[in-house]
Amino acid sequence: METFDPAELPELLKLYYRRLFPYAQYYRWLNYGGVIKNYFQHREFSFTLKDDIYIRYQSFNNQSDLEKEMQKMNPYKIDIGAVYSHRPNQHNTVKLGAFQAQEKELVFDIDMTDYDDVRRCCSSADICSKCWTLMTMAIRIIDRALKEDFGFKHRLWIYSGRRGVHCWVCDESVRKLSSAVRSGIVEYLSLVKGGQDVKKKVHLSEKIHPFVSKSINIIKKYFEEYALVDQDILENKESWDKILALVPETIHEKLQQNFQKYHNSLQRWEYLKKAISWQDNTKNDKCGPLLEWEIMLQYCFPRLDINVSKGINHLLKSPFSVHPKTGRISVPIDLQKVDQFDPFTVPTISSICHELDAISINDEGKEGNEAESDIKHKTRDYKKTSLAPYIKVFEQFLENLDKSRKGELLKKSDLQKDF
Amino acid sequence: MQFSGGKRKKLRLTGDQRSVCYPHSLQFYLEPPSESISLIEFESLAIDRVKLLKAVENLGVSYVKGTEPYQSKLENEIRKLKFSFRENLENEYEPRRKDHISHFILRLAYCQSEDLRRWFIQQEMDLLRFRFSILPKDKIQNFLKDSHLHFEAISDEEKSVREPEILASSPSLSGSKTELELESVYKIPFADALDLFRGRKVYLEGGFAYVPLKDIVAIVLNEFRAKLSKALALTARSLPAVQSDERLQPLLNHLSHSYTGQDYSTQKNAGKISLDQIDLLSTKSFPPCMRQLHKALRENHHLRHGGRMQYGLFLKGIGLTLEQALQFWKQEFIRGKMDPDKFDKGYSYNIRHSFGKEGKRTDYTPFSCMKIILTNPPSHGDYHGCPFRHSDPELLKQKLQSYKISPGGIQQILDLVKGTHYQVACQKYFEMIHNVDDCGFSLSHPNQFFFESQRILSGNKDIRKESIQPETPQPKPSVQKAKDASSALACLNSSLEMDMEGLEDYFSE
Repeated sequence: METFDPAELPELLKLYYRRLFPYAQYYRWLNYGGVIKNYFQHREFSFTLKDDIYIRYQSFNNQSDLEKEMQKMNPYKIDIGAVYSHRPNQHNTVKLGAFQAQEKELVFDIDMTDYDDVRRCCSSADICSKCWTLMTMAIRIIDRALKEDFGFKHRLWIYSGRRGVHCWVCDESVRKLSSAVRSGIVEYLSLVKGGQDVKKKVHLSEKIHPFVSKSINIIKKYFEEYALVDQDILENKESWDKILALVPETIHEKLQQNFQKYHNSLQRWEYLKKAISWQDNTKNDKCGPLLEWEIMLQYCFPRLDINVSKGINHLLKSPFSVHPKTGRISVPIDLQKVDQFDPFTVPTISSICHELDAISINDEGKEGNEAESDIKHKTRDYKKTSLAPYIKVFEQFLENLDKSRKGELLKKSDLQKDF
Repeated sequence: MQFSGGKRKKLRLTGDQRSVCYPHSLQFYLEPPSESISLIEFESLAIDRVKLLKAVENLGVSYVKGTEPYQSKLENEIRKLKFSFRENLENEYEPRRKDHISHFILRLAYCQSEDLRRWFIQQEMDLLRFRFSILPKDKIQNFLKDSHLHFEAISDEEKSVREPEILASSPSLSGSKTELELESVYKIPFADALDLFRGRKVYLEGGFAYVPLKDIVAIVLNEFRAKLSKALALTARSLPAVQSDERLQPLLNHLSHSYTGQDYSTQKNAGKISLDQIDLLSTKSFPPCMRQLHKALRENHHLRHGGRMQYGLFLKGIGLTLEQALQFWKQEFIRGKMDPDKFDKGYSYNIRHSFGKEGKRTDYTPFSCMKIILTNPPSHGDYHGCPFRHSDPELLKQKLQSYKISPGGIQQILDLVKGTHYQVACQKYFEMIHNVDDCGFSLSHPNQFFFESQRILSGNKDIRKESIQPETPQPKPSVQKAKDASSALACLNSSLEMDMEGLEDYFSE
């Protein structure tokens, strides 16, 4: 893979927006079958250009208009906002107060930085294979809830390009949800509470809601390998002191002594579980499986940023946008293969541009007419790069949206015929 | 709603049509009434509902909502006032109609300020909660449907499949299987159960919340509150048009401040109190507002205008004659180094005025609790007002401690004050100083406090003849005589004037 040099971005982006960006699929998504008039035309986009110039309230008439503008402006970053009451690029002409955000997908942003208190390998913007499992667990837990509890069908998970993942929930009814309901959904999905000054961030009550128990079952599948091996959370005194802060003081001494006897986190964790269950039940301190689960949740459960999800007009990084610092493309994640997803194998803009060059050199020999070959290239270009499998995932997502839409239209026309 | 001048126009409906109008004993008040009624009925319906809502408030703080005594007492009140409450009763058309119309009239009166709105919504919600709680299970579904709430009960099989999850999710269920078997569970779109699902207090599956009946009530009440709140805001906007109708304006203003009991102006007990009894009576039988005024008068040998009004009229109500009153005030003011002549010139005229011996010769009535609580709040240097409403809680606590109220009693009183139940707090004070569990009356007037206290202390003898139930209205004799609406209204107006006229002109500092 080509190493990415941010200085090359202007040139790389030019090529990317001319030959690789999947405009057809992108438009197919945001147009949502053209069922609602002007849905695409009223959508806000924002561009970040070279030298950090940021422009909001961009909107486009159709796919071709979008293409032309993006090629002209060569944005470093693209964000998607809400569908408004009027064309965003004309918002200044609208009477004060009449220009309103009306609909948007329900979005989630899960950021590795928010786990800094519980990961030992990296901090802030860094990620590695040892801590990426946190994202895997987050996707599994959140996606299960969105699908099974809330009944959301069209969920698109995207790698953000550096240190996290995004989720776009695109069901028709979901796009209409109010800010209050969106906040409520985030609340439902939240278990880890408290900032730096709070030691114990998860408190379970006697009655365990099915959401919590199902999430714990997911974490259980990964806990040993992720926490006890990769993160080695009971490796030494410094690390196990953090765990002791989450259990009653009465067993601290016993734990400190006995931890010394064991050689690795696995053994210490087993001992910890036993020590908790021996705790006298009559005392007020919690014991038994609840305490064990609280620790597991604090170390593994997803942290959500409510501000990203609750605002209808919130702008979030677009799929297939490029990350200016890493060069990685924000690609869709295949839910069927979420355990195998490796952020370090996600194509960068330099690598796919390089692949494209290699193909063109080969093809040029075959086609004579440059204009003809240009068009032919456009339709096949991304397919011949490492971007192809990710676009396939996206197309599957679009297929599902189409199917749902047809189903709904059929239902509605049936009802109308029923008289 | 159209108001016809004085004539009574009643829609005549046949039996069938009547029950169609009001299919349920309770309602969401979605549609305003469209018939014509007379002004007399307008007023009496409204007053009855105010009484009902006050009873709801009182019972709500005296008993735990939902428990047996609360339920049965509330049912009694509703039945007494002839409002609707139960399904399956005969001849329910009138009570339901009354319920419907009176609710809408009160919207006009109670939409005007944030405090009034809050109070009105709270009592209406409690009333709805009670009525909903006695709805038979098979009627619930229909009521919900008619109120445009799309809640469906799930079948027993659907319930048993999800039994463990529903039990694990709903805090309102104790966790026993048998309880769930008996309870209905409703399937509603998750977005309609926001308050439940955001705190993970309900089981979610496939986009639906599985809500046990107990929690459905919370959702229904929230819906009701939201709708009523919006409706009141709308009503407030159209209020200027309503208020410009001269027939309605005084009625509406009066309603929200209404005191519907005795006015203690008739001097049945005149002359039965001697001046040297007052000090002792102030600690034994005076409500805290008057006790505090008396103490301030004794200590400072003076009271400002607001205090003189409130306390002076109260003393008249407990039986002081004009001569006694003049002597009482003069004695005290002279102790404060006031010149006797100055007193005669400045203050005695005012005292005679308040007894109706000067000027317009109107016999002013002692202030009711509502009046003291709602009007003329005290400022620095004043001692009038209601201590439960106007005193800082810390100061109130100290005062109660100095009155030797037990810490437990003080805490109960402070809790009631926090809940803005000032008169109930005063009732609690009454119960503590008389050492009774239940004061046996609903306090709405300081003289009522005195009267009831004397009753208990004298062992109830000889007072029965003179006791008058404060709950049943004592409409002014002049109003009862009037046969047509306009003169009735005129009389009402004049009595209102009596109650609410500012006496500032006559009194100067």
